Amino acid sequence: MTGALLALSGLTKAYPGVLANDDVSLSIAPGEVHALLGENGAGKSTLVKMIYGLVAPNAGRMEMNGAVFAPSDPRAARASGVGMVFQHFSLFDALSVAENIALGMEDPPKLRELSAQIRDVSETYGLPLSPDRIVGDLSAGERQRVEIIRCLLGKPRLLIMDEPTSVLTPQEVTILFETLRKLSAEGTAILYISHKLEEIRVLCDAATILRGGRVVGTCDPRETSARQMAEMMVGRVLAGPVREAPEPGPALLEIKSLSVPSPSAFGVSLKDVSFAVHAGEILGIGGVAGNGQDELLAILSGEWPCLPESVLFKGRDLSRMGPNARRGLGVLAAPEERLGHAAAPDMSLTENAMLTAADRQGLVSRGMLDWNRARDFAERVIGTFDVRTPGPANAARSLSGGNLQKFVIGREILQAPDVLMVNQPTWGVDAAAAAAIRQALLDLAKNGAGIVVISQDLDELMEISDRFAALNEGRLSAPQPTRKLDVEQIGLMLGGAHGMEVANV
Amino acid sequence: MIRLEKRPEPSRTMSYATPLLAVLATMVFGGFLFAFLGKDPIEAIITIFWDPLFGEFAFFYRPQLLVKAAPLILIAVGLALGFKAGIWNIGAEGQYIVGAICGAGVGLAFYPLESWVIFPLMALAGAFGGWAWAMIPAFLRVKFGTNEILVSLMLVYVAEQLLASMALGAMRNPEGRGFPGSRNLSQYESAHNAELIAGTGMHWGVVAALISVIFAYVLLTRHRLGFAIRVTGEAPRAARFGGVNPGRLILFCLGLSGLLAGLAGMLEVSGPAGQITIDFNVGYGFTAIIVAFLGRLNPLGILFAGLLMALTYIGGDIAQSQLGLPAAAIQVFQGMLLFFLLALDLFTNYRLGFGREAAA
Repeated sequence: MTGALLALSGLTKAYPGVLANDDVSLSIAPGEVHALLGENGAGKSTLVKMIYGLVAPNAGRMEMNGAVFAPSDPRAARASGVGMVFQHFSLFDALSVAENIALGMEDPPKLRELSAQIRDVSETYGLPLSPDRIVGDLSAGERQRVEIIRCLLGKPRLLIMDEPTSVLTPQEVTILFETLRKLSAEGTAILYISHKLEEIRVLCDAATILRGGRVVGTCDPRETSARQMAEMMVGRVLAGPVREAPEPGPALLEIKSLSVPSPSAFGVSLKDVSFAVHAGEILGIGGVAGNGQDELLAILSGEWPCLPESVLFKGRDLSRMGPNARRGLGVLAAPEERLGHAAAPDMSLTENAMLTAADRQGLVSRGMLDWNRARDFAERVIGTFDVRTPGPANAARSLSGGNLQKFVIGREILQAPDVLMVNQPTWGVDAAAAAAIRQALLDLAKNGAGIVVISQDLDELMEISDRFAALNEGRLSAPQPTRKLDVEQIGLMLGGAHGMEVANV
Repeated sequence: MIRLEKRPEPSRTMSYATPLLAVLATMVFGGFLFAFLGKDPIEAIITIFWDPLFGEFAFFYRPQLLVKAAPLILIAVGLALGFKAGIWNIGAEGQYIVGAICGAGVGLAFYPLESWVIFPLMALAGAFGGWAWAMIPAFLRVKFGTNEILVSLMLVYVAEQLLASMALGAMRNPEGRGFPGSRNLSQYESAHNAELIAGTGMHWGVVAALISVIFAYVLLTRHRLGFAIRVTGEAPRAARFGGVNPGRLILFCLGLSGLLAGLAGMLEVSGPAGQITIDFNVGYGFTAIIVAFLGRLNPLGILFAGLLMALTYIGGDIAQSQLGLPAAAIQVFQGMLLFFLLALDLFTNYRLGFGREAAA
């Protein structure tokens, strides 16, 4: 492409245990609205972080207008004309719009001048916003406008937007799109990250699709159907080990009309979630992270309270029980965040074994802890699940992500749960370890346990789950037998779960 | 270029070495401080650290060491349990005062009856007073999410006013010719926390301090509650996942530290201090915070730290009287100890790296 504004070639970025970007190339012309598509973990955020100077690539080069572009930090990136609007805003609630914007500037003009500039930009680009308003009073859409105007004041040539519509009402989306089109018409290129395929079809000129850190395709979204893009995102479904349709056992865990308000501003409220897990079954819950997965797991594990009669185990109400009472009954969980939630980073593996296995493994009697038995149990987890570590006395944080994950999942599986709930069991885990963890979950189900697997990895869910449901903005779709679903339907379930209109597919 | 690198595992060596390094650094920089004040730094350091133990009048100072260390250790052990869980009781001084008032109150109420039950009752009352005073910030934190640092600290000043009012009013010695202050409990046998072995400084407070150290050590290493305390401090979310109820833990930790501080106050008022006076409290509750950290929040460490702190108190007194060092200089000296300890603590989890960072 001649006259590309930004050209990336062969960008590679590895984190310990995971290749976040692998030989990624793309180019963006001035005024182009370019979509970056991919599931979570596909490497989108790593890629834009490299463009915005937040991380440095291991290999490959970036060019801006033909010249080498290697921003060492976001300031350098901004100086070169790259602006970025993050998914989560960094604004001070107690300050006014103008004060917030001034805080982010290196050399802010007088507040009155700045206010005039803000008014100017907001009128030019159709972003209604008064500079004197206090940010705490603004809606999410208005806060986003503050961030956009902050970027526009720097007169960027490339504007990166990370999931901009996830917090917006449909009306606000319309306003945003008009602004973006206006910017594009003036020659500002836009790199637009989203999962919402219909939006991309309406807005973008080109799309690059990432999967597993690699570019798996490019397309013109205006001429490609959402179905085709979803297929590219999800990839071919691997023919996993064929599982016999299990005899539907009795329902072990039942969730009935579970509604829980979010405890924090960035959390997600669960809305009327209902499902049941039967003995010998794996229920897969798919969806993009941040749609209530953490909240759901915290409620199922007993960390958060919920209304009575909404979580039942073999007909018994668990709603008011804490994590240990539930463990006593055989309802176990493994949260997503390994360090700091599933395990205490600075504590040894023995101590971390004690954390959840104290009661079920008889590691405690009359309140006194039996460290020898805890160490034996930790060693058993390490041996059974091939956890690579010198021994159980090592701190959890000294293990690699995959090894700690094997330990955390293994710790729960070896306690022979009746119901096990796991969130992102193979996130950031190498292929061999992931396969081992999946096999262990399958074996556990075969022995009659009911398992809930929350994951963003659709391949994984297709491979191991008997039924599949999608979680979006705190709502869960009705679970469907996985065998009857194909990529297209799953893509649409997820897409539909994002409020996407599928009428024209 | 010098950088800080995070160690893959916390260094055990450094965690034991930092208290010693902190003491050394305090000696060096304290020496500078004393030199600036026009005193011979070597002599001052020797006066503070050597003379109380091995000097000419050591027979007089050594018992003092136990007398001063006992309340420090007793309070610090309780504080350390909370600190380990990230629960910050800064108001042990207030709990100490209220414990003393309650303990002395019970004793004075029985006066002049002589009975062996009086002293145990006083101990219970002292412990209860400290516990109750600590439950105020605990309850407010659990119920309303208030900051226990601020509330417990503010309650110190409330307790000081209460103390003054007691010394001047309700507990004033009716035979004291109008002087403020209560009857002297050391002259009331049933209520007197006397030396168990004469001339050693060994009183019930020392016994209580030793028991508290053993109790806390077992609690932290062997008991489920101690494990809950440690996990909560290391990773609160993991603790919650592990079934720890954070509210109950706050009540327990603040309550226990208040109880021990109250007991320390009662043992002090019935023993070394003897009576409730306006200036009964001399800052043990605050110094115990330093002791807790100097002892690495470890009960055994606190035992040594308490003795060390007592040494600087006594040595500081000697330095004041013999060398004319200002009291403030001694306080700065003690503050330095905490400062260096916290600063050097960084190296438990980090190490210095030299040269440029390899490409990320």
